[in-house]
Amino acid sequence: MRYLPHTEADRRAMLDAIGAADVDALFVDVPAAARLAQPLDLPRSQGEMEVERAFTRMAGKNLSAGCAPFFIGAGLYRHHIPAAVDQLLLRGEFLTAYTPYQPEVAQGTLQVLFEFQSQVALLTGMEAANASMYDGATATAEAAAMACRVTKRRRVILSGSLHPHFRSTTETALEYTEMSAELLDPDPLGFEDLFGRLGEDVACVMVQNPGFFGHVRDLRPLAAACHAVGALLVVAVGDPASLGLIESPGAMGADIVVAEGQSLGAGMNFGGPGLGLFATRDKFVRQMPGRLAGRTVDVDGRRGFVLTLSTREQHIRREKATSNICTNSGLCALAFSIHLTLLGETGLGRLAELNHAQAVRLETKLRRVKGVKPIADSYFNEFAVHLGDDVDAAAVVETLAGRGILGGVPASRFYPTYPELKPVLILAATETNTEADMDALVAALGEIL
Amino acid sequence: MADTTTLSGNRGLAIEEPLIFELGHPGRLGVDLPEPPPVDEDRLKGCRRQAPVGLPDLSEPQVVRHYTRLSQKNYGIDTGFYPLGSCTMKHNPRLAEKVARLPGLADLHPFQPQSTVQGALEVIDSLAGWLKSLTGMPAVAMTPAAGAHGEWCGLMAIRACHEDHGQGHRRRVLVPESAHGTNPASAAMCGFTVDSIPAKDNGRVDLDALRAKLGDDVACLMLTNPNTCGLFEREILEIAEAVHAAGAFFYCDGANYNAIVGRVRIADLGIDAMHINLHKTFATPHGGGGPGAGPTVLSSALAPYAPLPFVVHGDKGLTLVEHAADSGAKPFGRVKGYHGQFGVFIRALAYIISMGADGLRLASSDAVLNANYLLAGLKDVLSPSFEGPCMHECLFDDRFLKDTGVSTLDFAKALIDEGYHPMTMYFPLVVHGALLMEPTESESRETLDQYIAVVRGLAERAKAGAAESFKAAPRFTPRRRLDETLAARTPVLRWKPEAAE
Repeated sequence: MRYLPHTEADRRAMLDAIGAADVDALFVDVPAAARLAQPLDLPRSQGEMEVERAFTRMAGKNLSAGCAPFFIGAGLYRHHIPAAVDQLLLRGEFLTAYTPYQPEVAQGTLQVLFEFQSQVALLTGMEAANASMYDGATATAEAAAMACRVTKRRRVILSGSLHPHFRSTTETALEYTEMSAELLDPDPLGFEDLFGRLGEDVACVMVQNPGFFGHVRDLRPLAAACHAVGALLVVAVGDPASLGLIESPGAMGADIVVAEGQSLGAGMNFGGPGLGLFATRDKFVRQMPGRLAGRTVDVDGRRGFVLTLSTREQHIRREKATSNICTNSGLCALAFSIHLTLLGETGLGRLAELNHAQAVRLETKLRRVKGVKPIADSYFNEFAVHLGDDVDAAAVVETLAGRGILGGVPASRFYPTYPELKPVLILAATETNTEADMDALVAALGEIL
Repeated sequence: MADTTTLSGNRGLAIEEPLIFELGHPGRLGVDLPEPPPVDEDRLKGCRRQAPVGLPDLSEPQVVRHYTRLSQKNYGIDTGFYPLGSCTMKHNPRLAEKVARLPGLADLHPFQPQSTVQGALEVIDSLAGWLKSLTGMPAVAMTPAAGAHGEWCGLMAIRACHEDHGQGHRRRVLVPESAHGTNPASAAMCGFTVDSIPAKDNGRVDLDALRAKLGDDVACLMLTNPNTCGLFEREILEIAEAVHAAGAFFYCDGANYNAIVGRVRIADLGIDAMHINLHKTFATPHGGGGPGAGPTVLSSALAPYAPLPFVVHGDKGLTLVEHAADSGAKPFGRVKGYHGQFGVFIRALAYIISMGADGLRLASSDAVLNANYLLAGLKDVLSPSFEGPCMHECLFDDRFLKDTGVSTLDFAKALIDEGYHPMTMYFPLVVHGALLMEPTESESRETLDQYIAVVRGLAERAKAGAAESFKAAPRFTPRRRLDETLAARTPVLRWKPEAAE
């Protein structure tokens, strides 16, 4: 057993030192009726070669994005991850460390978190960010609860522009609390009226920008209207790369910004682990969920970092904590931070411009396909198209997959009970797409529709 | 104080490293991207960013060096012995990292047509199968992202089940005083109130006190087993019986499941729900704080309420059920985005099939053996909190430090100078100045012997009146003791340009 160092002689000697006849004697507190006398009837141990073979077989049953013209987004975007990111996060001192509870031997993790928090705050245009949440969806749910704590109100309004998983996760999280979630219909056309919902009892309005169907919005009027009634504006971001080109939520007046950060650094990995970004204004920091790294000095006066403001957290405050979160997404935060450091101001701007240009190029090509009508009036790197009244976008996507093309996500996958969304297809383009990919999609759609 | 009189401030391999913001130089690039194709008119509706983000520009060599140097200021399992109680710092197999990077698993989008991700669904289904078989439970909710998230998931299923059966008035959750802080916090997030139950002198739940607290308004008991003192709850069958007789459920915090994998099936203990920390029990890396995963096994009574999505065997192979209408059940909702911590699933499954039923049982046995070996080697110089054998971790309190002027914290910091990561300090809260040591099965006898010798030596030094040297520790780390009061009183949570600060 390659992961277990003891020989049988070691075990015998150790049992003797303990004064136990055998290992079973150490399990004496387990009720006899519940003890298993031998291993369960399940497969036995295997060597590296066998295990690798098993995974290679399972991997072979999938169509990986790199092997197909690929246009799926819907909250998770396929960006090129520079080679250095993965190499660096594999360093054992990062990979195999625990939460930095002993700061003297965790300055690496703590400085990374401080830099990560700084990058997230800059990117979102906010004053402070935490050290990460599980993912964008849970960060959104936490933002709703935080807005209720800050405003001492209970009504949360969820825009139809929000990612459907952000919506349903938030709805579930509020289910058995005193808070209530008000979900607006999905909004492919970008027409919803959030202003009409506002009132003195609203804790927050939660929107996504760019929206799930693509729309880019100037949120300043909405922010002003929220603030006029004492409500907070929570803004979710689907692709952090969009912030290289689009005005930041902070600059538009957001009070809390959440995002799915997985698209930078960590890679898609079938959707997990995610990386929840969470940022807010300084005045709300003590209501924030999650860990925070902060700057301080050591006994010799040298700059160092520690986890701080932990009196908000469950290990101190227990049932009165701002959240139950303990484990976060530290390694994904590291990956995000390395990727963003490699990009820098110049690279991020170029990446964002490139994504937008790619999406414009794809949309322009699609306009020439009979029956395809783009329906978003604005977008960053993703937009919704209408394929024709009687067309089932899900069937089209299946047919495309049969031809080896991963051609977007049908809106009905998220909203099966909205017949008007059946013909709606959501397509993303990033820097990873080639012009040949786009032409293959356009040609295939021309034949199918 | 160690010498810092070098010209650079560095000391050999201990190299000072600035923040990335202090390293940048505008115009440098760490990536090469093609020039964007020309766009006649953007589609941003006037929302183009007006001001720069403010990120520093670095080249790849600078970035690689920055993070390499930072990594060298960290202690990981790869560095040395990490007996952090309750956290299960066992070896993280590198095979798991290798297979998780196969493009056919890593380069997959969660919203690809299901026909193109059958292998990914098989990973989820296989892991679910193992977790069910190992625990003897009929169902498992795979999507919770971490232990606390799994607790909340299990409690949500309990709440949904009670509501469904006209028992919505059951809002009280019983939690022992020794519980992880996440337990009461998770209960509060389900709209439950928390009622704490005391322990007996032997470190276990006081069954009589528990019985007295049970009633028609109790939703469930939340109990960690083996508990946070590293002890198996001997009366667990009686506890389960009492809880069930009162119409409540039995939630088990599975943080310490690693002690009993393959030796006990938790279904045989009368447990209705338990989360499994894949990042502890099944050896996936902790990554400096995450990500983890907290799949939650459920009894048949709770299974219908498991959250979306989940994998089922259908006509066309494996099917991911994403909507309640397609589920044939009563899912309580959704706990996170997408389909769970897939990358963590791959790593846990790689560990599980590597170990097999025989290896998993041996790992639990060795974990318990190692903890008892530490206990045996230290019990005459430290002060064990409880009598008898422990499970996977051993708990001491600070009586052995009485009148020495040395605190648990000082003792832990001295261990850092000796090249070890300290044990868990001051948890659980039920003993004074707790020192909780969990060696895990990854450690060899020689490592344990060396550690025992060092801890014994430190204890003797403390008793001999060397408090000053403990107060000065650690001395050989990149930073010495940090001012946590300053950090909390005047929070500086991010870098700012100098003019702005």
